[in-house]
Amino acid sequence: MTVHLEHYLVVGAVLFAVGLYMVLAKRNFVGVLMGIELMFNAVNLTFVAFSRFVESPNPLDGHVFVVFVVTVAAAEAATALAIAMLLYRVRDTIEVDEINLLKW
Amino acid sequence: MDDTGTVIAFWILAAITVVSAVGTAAVRNLIHAVIFLVISFTGVAGLYITLSADFLAVTQVLIYVGAISILVLFAIMLTPQSDRGNSEGFLRLPALALATLVAATLIFVAIDTDWNISDRAGFQDTANDIGNALLDKFVLPFEIASVLLLVAMLGAIVLVRPEGAVEEE
Repeated sequence: MTVHLEHYLVVGAVLFAVGLYMVLAKRNFVGVLMGIELMFNAVNLTFVAFSRFVESPNPLDGHVFVVFVVTVAAAEAATALAIAMLLYRVRDTIEVDEINLLKW
Repeated sequence: MDDTGTVIAFWILAAITVVSAVGTAAVRNLIHAVIFLVISFTGVAGLYITLSADFLAVTQVLIYVGAISILVLFAIMLTPQSDRGNSEGFLRLPALALATLVAATLIFVAIDTDWNISDRAGFQDTANDIGNALLDKFVLPFEIASVLLLVAMLGAIVLVRPEGAVEEE
């Protein structure tokens, strides 16, 4: 019994689906954010799995790409949490259902 | 990837990762959800080690388990009177259906495709090569990433600065 590329891809797919569900369904802004982080992790896991298993002249490029994804994720988390703070200060809630100023 | 240790480690880590990810979505308390999220991040770091990505495993622990989870906890703690619940809104069933469809499609594609598998062994020491690639082949994205981090930091500071902070100087 061995572990193949497909095993890692399935784990990544499940993680991505859970993150997608959280992004779409959660009412709390922080819950949505946690879903986004899960999706980032799923994509990173897929990158690293491909980098390990698939034939390529530069197999480490996948790792470098993951470093960039982590950088963008950190920047995204910092600004998104600042937005959460600001929303709470202005509207007294971080429920995304109640942030409907742009609704016509 | 044939030795028994790697196979056992993969199955245990995959189970931990997936179960705690589902736990993050399922538990009703937001603080418990963050704890499950941290466990899931740690499981992904372990999966990186089974893929011989040592540098990324350390990065994962440092940035996701260490920094981002603390940032999320801060966001929960700094919004004191708001709801700590982790419940779903009116999009619950459509979201469940869409997530199931996406998972099914991705798993089908992953299993059905004939990947161009290489038979090379795992990486020995990735940190050196990643550093060389960042300063050689990927030097422009590397610089752009530094500018992005600077802009994100400034943006976060400007956003949460209290009203009238400029006049007080």
